[in-house]
Amino acid sequence: MTNSIAEIEETDVILITGSNTSEAHPIIGRMIKRAVDRRRAKLIVVDPRKIPMVSFANIWLRPRPGTDVAWINGLCHVILEEGLWDREFVAQRTEGFEEFRESVKEFTPEYVEQVCGIPAEDLRRAARLYARAPKAMIFYAMGITQHAHGTDNVKALANLVMLCGQVGREGTGLNPLRGQNNVQGACDMGALPNVLPGYQPVTDEEVLARFQAEWATGVRLSNKVGMPVTEMFPAVLEGRLRAMYIVGENPALSDANVSHVREALEALDFLVVQDIFFTETAAYADVVLPAASFAEKDGTFTNTERRVQRVRKAIDPPGRARADWEIFCRLAKAYSRELNKRSAVAAVANGLAARCKDRGYWDYADPSEIFDELAAVTPIYAGLSYKRVERGGIQWPCPSRHHPGTPYLHKDRFARGRGKFHALAFQGPAELPDEEYPFYLSTGRIRFHYHTGTMTRRCRGLDRLAPAERIQIHPQDAERLGIRTGDRVRVVSRRGEVEAEVLVSENPAPGMVFATFHFAEVPVNVLTNDALDPVSKIPELKVCAVRVEKVAA
Amino acid sequence: MTILMDGMRLNAREGQTILDVAREHDIRIPTLCYHEKLKPIGSCRMCIVEVEGSSTPVAACTTAVSDGMIVRTHTPDLVELRRETLKLIFLKHPMNCAACEINGNCQLQDLAHEYDINHTDLHTYNIRPVEPEPGPYATPLIQYHPRRCILCGRCVQACVEITEVGAINFKGRGALARIAPVERMGSIKPECVSCGECMAVCPVNALTEALGKKRGKAWETRKVKTTCTYCGCGCQLELNAVGETVTAVTPVDGGVNRGALCSKGRFGYDFINHHERLKTPLIRENGTWREANWDEALDFVAKRLVDIRSESGPDAIGALASARCTNEENYLFQKFIRGVIGTNNVDHCARL
Ligand code: SF4
Ligand code: SF4
Ligand code: SF4
Ligand code: FES
Repeated sequence: MTNSIAEIEETDVILITGSNTSEAHPIIGRMIKRAVDRRRAKLIVVDPRKIPMVSFANIWLRPRPGTDVAWINGLCHVILEEGLWDREFVAQRTEGFEEFRESVKEFTPEYVEQVCGIPAEDLRRAARLYARAPKAMIFYAMGITQHAHGTDNVKALANLVMLCGQVGREGTGLNPLRGQNNVQGACDMGALPNVLPGYQPVTDEEVLARFQAEWATGVRLSNKVGMPVTEMFPAVLEGRLRAMYIVGENPALSDANVSHVREALEALDFLVVQDIFFTETAAYADVVLPAASFAEKDGTFTNTERRVQRVRKAIDPPGRARADWEIFCRLAKAYSRELNKRSAVAAVANGLAARCKDRGYWDYADPSEIFDELAAVTPIYAGLSYKRVERGGIQWPCPSRHHPGTPYLHKDRFARGRGKFHALAFQGPAELPDEEYPFYLSTGRIRFHYHTGTMTRRCRGLDRLAPAERIQIHPQDAERLGIRTGDRVRVVSRRGEVEAEVLVSENPAPGMVFATFHFAEVPVNVLTNDALDPVSKIPELKVCAVRVEKVAA
Repeated sequence: MTILMDGMRLNAREGQTILDVAREHDIRIPTLCYHEKLKPIGSCRMCIVEVEGSSTPVAACTTAVSDGMIVRTHTPDLVELRRETLKLIFLKHPMNCAACEINGNCQLQDLAHEYDINHTDLHTYNIRPVEPEPGPYATPLIQYHPRRCILCGRCVQACVEITEVGAINFKGRGALARIAPVERMGSIKPECVSCGECMAVCPVNALTEALGKKRGKAWETRKVKTTCTYCGCGCQLELNAVGETVTAVTPVDGGVNRGALCSKGRFGYDFINHHERLKTPLIRENGTWREANWDEALDFVAKRLVDIRSESGPDAIGALASARCTNEENYLFQKFIRGVIGTNNVDHCARL
C-alpha cells in the first residue's frame, strides 16, 4: 500500500475495486464501513459482483468482467472533460500527460456504457465524487491484477490517482490489499526472479557485486532474470527445468489451469516440498520436509501497509518438524558437505567451504541474527531491528537507525522522480463467453477460508461454517437453466470440469458464476485460464468462459 | 475545570465522564458493563457514585462531569447498593467458579470477592430464578450460556460498534431476558460474520467457543503476542498456550486492528495442533513414503540438487518461496537459491 490502514479514518472518499474487502480483509472492511457509517465518508464500489460492501456504497458500478481499463479511462475522460483534474499536481509531479489525455479521448461515458455496461450517468457521478474529494483512497486486490491485462489495470488506476493528485498525502493513495499474510515480505526479501532483497535488480552489476561480497559466496551470482512461477511449469514440460523446491505453497490447487501444473509436477526429476501439512502438491514430491507453523517460530511478517511486525514463538513444533529457517541452514551445510565429499577441489572452486565473514557457514543462533543480516543488505529495511519493531512495528522505507518509518509513500516525489502517465488501449479478457461456453467464471475467496484451505479446512469451527464449495449463480440464469440452490452442477471450461453444489445468489452478475479455490474436492482452477499478463506474468484467474450443466440427481 | 472527588481536587476536561476522570487519577470505581473499546452502556449500576445535589446515585460511566462537581465514590450507602446489585446478579449467575474456564480472570468473581458476596447472601430473597432455556446463537461457533449471562449488553454493543453488524440483541423480559440473534430489521437481516467480538468482550464467560479446545486456567496459560498468519492486514493477537497446545486466541490492545479480529484470526488456530501435521521428513522410495531423519533427508536433497546442478546447470532448478513464511526465511531461501545454487529461478505463489 502507498498509505496506511489507519488513514481510512482521515479520508473523504473511498473507491474499492476488485476487492471483496469485507470477506478477504475483514478488519480493513470494517474500518471502511465505520468511516462510511460514522463519518459519512463516501464509498464507491466497482465490482461485477454484488459484494457485501455494496450495501454501504453511495455508488456501485457493475462493469462486465475484464473491462477495467475501459471504465477507469472513462473516469479520467469525465474528469478531464469537466475540468476536475489537479493541474498543479500534474504539472509539477508527472510526465506523459498530453499523450495520456489523447488516449482517453475515445472513452466517453457512452462508449464505456457499451463496453462495460455501466450507465453513463453513474460513471459521471463516480468521477465527480472521486475527483472533487479533498482526500480519496483507492483499494484494489486480485480482482484487478488477476487478468491478462492486469498490469494495464493497475497503470490505469495510477493514471486516475495522479490525474486527481490523490497520492502523496495522508488519506490518499493507491492501495493494493495483499491476500496472504506475508506476500509483502516475500517480495521485499527478493522471493522474485528479477530482484534481490529490497527490489534491487539482479541485472545491476554493482548490486550483484555487493551481494557477492556480503554473502561471501564462491558461486557466481547470476545476472540473468529467473523464471516466474507461471513460466516454471511450462519449462518443466519443455525439459528446461528438472528440479523444484516448493516451500509452503500449494500450486497443485492454487494455480490457473491446475491440470497443466500437475502434469508438470509429475514430470519433474526431483521435487522437494516443505510444508506443515501433506498438501496436494506434496503428493508429487520426492522428499517432504516438515516445517513449523507461525505459532512455533520467531521472525517477522510485513503487512499490506509495509509494517514490519514480530512473530513470536508460543510452542514447540510437533515431532521432528523444524522452523523453515533452521531447515535452510541445515540444508546449506548438507549441500556443502556433499560438495566436499565429491571433491575437495571442486568445493573450493565453488567457494562453498568459504566462511561467511565473522560467523560460521550458515550458522545463526536465532532469527534476529538473520534479520540483522538482511537489514544490512536491504536499504528499505536498513534502520530496522527486532528491538525497534518490538512495539507496534515500523513501516518501511526505514533507511536508518533513527528514521521513524514511512506511513505513506510518494510524499514529495515518486520513486522514479516524476510519475509517468501511461496511454492505455482497452483490450478485453483473453477468453470471452461464446455460444458453447456462455458464462463468465470468476474465482475468489470467502471469509471463513484461506487460500487452498490447507489450514482453515482443518479448523473445526471454520470448516463447519463453510464445509463445501457452493458455486454461485444469479437467479435469472438459475431459473433459465432450471437450477435451484442445493442442486449439483457441472461447470465446464475448455480446460476441464468440476462438479459442485449450487447457491443461487444475487452476488454474481447475470451471466456470471463465481467459485472459490478453497476446496480440494472442487479444484476450480482446473477451469481457469492460464493466459498470462505479459508483464506481471499473473494468470487471468478472474475471467474465463464456462458452461453450466445440471447434474441429474 | 476541576471537580472534587473523595475530597481530592482533580483536573477534568469538557466531555469526560466521572469514570474517565477517576481512572485518569487512579481512583477505582467498580464497573461491570463498561468496556474501554465501547461507548458507555450504563446497564449494570456497579459504578454508581454520589454527586452532591443529586438525590439518587448516578452511574459514573455515563455521567458527564461539570465544573465544581463534588463526587463520592465509596460511601457505606454505595457499598450496600453495590452489594445488592451483585446479589441480584448471583441469583441467576451460578456461583460455580471452579468449573468455569475464566476462573481467576473474571471481573464478576473479583467483585464478588471485593464485596464479600457468599452463598448465604443468596438466600436474602425468597425467589427462585426462572431458568432461561438455552437457544441458538447468531453463529454455531459460539455457545451462549443464558444462566451465566448478566445481561450487561456489551456483546450487543460490540457487534454494532466494532463489527458494524448488529446481529444480536436482547430478547424477552425479566428473568427470561436473554441475548438472541436479531431476526430482521426492517427489510434487512443483519448477518453474523462469526467474528467473535461479542465473545471477546463478555465479562463473565457467557459466550464461549462452541468447538474450542478446553481452555487452560488463567494461571497455567501462557500468552504470547504475535501477528496473525492469515491475511495481509497483519492484525496483532495473543496465542494462549497450555503446554504445547494452543487453546485460544485473545485480542491485544493496539496494532492495526486495535484489538479487533475476524473469524479466521480468532477461530482459525485449530490447525496448529492438528493431528495431520507433518512430524517427520518423508522420502519417496519405490512409490511409497518412508519416514526419515533430518540428516538422511537433507543429505538426499543436497545430493540430488548437486547432481542436477552439475548435469544441467543451476538454471535447471526452480524454487517457490512462501508468502506464509517469515521475512527471515524468505531471505535465507532466496540466498540459498541465488548464492548456493546460483540461479534466479525463485518466485512465490502470491500473485495467484
Ligand atoms: S460473532 Fe461477531 S457478528 Fe456475530 S454476533 Fe458476535 S460480534 Fe456480532
Ligand atoms: S452474553 Fe456476556 S456480554 Fe452479552 S449480555 Fe450476557 S454477560 Fe453481557
Ligand atoms: S485477524 Fe482476520 S483481518 Fe486480521 S490479519 Fe488475521 S485474517 Fe486478517
Ligand atoms: S459500569 Fe457503569 S453502569 Fe455498568
